Amino acid sequence: MRQGFAAALAIAGKDLRTEWRTRESINSSVSFALVILVLFSFAFDLDREEKLAISGGLLWLVYAFAGALIVNRSFAREIPNDCLEVLISSARGWAIFLGKSIACFVLLMVVELISLPIFGLFYNINWTGSLFALLLVMALSSWGVTIVGTALSAITVNVRLRELMLPVLLYPLMIPLLIGAMEMTTGLLNGNAVLSDIRLLIVYDVMFTAIALYLIEFILVI
Amino acid sequence: MHAVAADGVWKYFGDYPALRGASLEIAKGSCVALLGRNGAGKTTLLRILARLSTPSKGAVKIDGRIGYLGHGIGVYDDLSAFENLMLFGQLAGVADPRQSADAALERVGLSRVKDGLAREFSRGMRQRLAIARAFLHEPELLLLDEPFTSLDDRAVAVLQKLLAHARSRGSTIVMSTHQIREAMELATDVALLERGRMIFAGPRTTEMLVDPGYLYRTYAETPAEPRA
Repeated sequence: MRQGFAAALAIAGKDLRTEWRTRESINSSVSFALVILVLFSFAFDLDREEKLAISGGLLWLVYAFAGALIVNRSFAREIPNDCLEVLISSARGWAIFLGKSIACFVLLMVVELISLPIFGLFYNINWTGSLFALLLVMALSSWGVTIVGTALSAITVNVRLRELMLPVLLYPLMIPLLIGAMEMTTGLLNGNAVLSDIRLLIVYDVMFTAIALYLIEFILVI
Repeated sequence: MHAVAADGVWKYFGDYPALRGASLEIAKGSCVALLGRNGAGKTTLLRILARLSTPSKGAVKIDGRIGYLGHGIGVYDDLSAFENLMLFGQLAGVADPRQSADAALERVGLSRVKDGLAREFSRGMRQRLAIARAFLHEPELLLLDEPFTSLDDRAVAVLQKLLAHARSRGSTIVMSTHQIREAMELATDVALLERGRMIFAGPRTTEMLVDPGYLYRTYAETPAEPRA
């Protein structure tokens, strides 16, 4: 078990190091998030109340799409040189999955932390008031997005149209998570420290993490 | 005690049985040449032994850590040679991955370029890096899928040296190959697959060594002179 966690951290480190050198996921997802946030701010002439009302929904739609761009590369980057084969023969499936999920989670949090101040600037919304609660919601929701997305990335890695297949499978599964995240984020940005739905995020994260860790061996070794 | 025990292994790809009840027992410390024509099921069997694939029917038992060298090079282009080996050392749980990686790079003659990215290496250097990766953790069982195919001379020499060292350490080696003459010189045992069936598994004899076609002529249902 301990060796498995060490392997997971090694794989996460490898993915983050590779991403740092190539910037193939982070560039596209940060650009996407910023462009959508900026475009929406010009596209609709909203007053402050309306902006606050849509804030959580807008942020989590952007994060969900940016997250899909990140997880899409998760297992796909193992395809050149048949690296996935070697990885599977070297480490347990759950360790590979956990390592890749950790790397995706870190990348998605980076995207969120870069785009949140831009969102605050363009929409004139103070997001620092409930910063820690907001970070908690972002972390729990991002883990949910990455855990489901990474599992689907493993399922679709050998599919020819994986860039299309992954979002088709991912978004329906994320609906309960996104509803909870949107409602709580909107509440927090409105100054209402509403964390009643936090249980939904925790249950979603625990449930999908357990399912994915159990099934990943069957997904990777067929 | 066997290093590998495969009992009645079937593997279907759709309706097509790539393996049809193949059984194989490999004693520890032996070197097995896994032979067969294209499509006989060698790679499928090796992938199952390497836990990259599961049998549709039958059982496989493996004893010991596995080192696998498949058709792909299996190294990361955006990591340096040292980082590649450090990673696989960590995954294998070797006591000192840094020291193991340095020693492995030394063995395959890549110490001078240890910090160079794998993408900047020539094909021969990448092959040697892949060989270093497979032998890095001193595995008890080495599974090599056509290991000599398309290697340059230096990589062949490195591989032969590492195989000899692994054998002296008591590692078990299973290698699929079409290069029968070279394989027979290394092998203590031979396994011959034909259309997914294991039609011969036993010690390598002198006849097999002096006459590479002997095995196919004697045991194969449709004898033909194999590529030597």
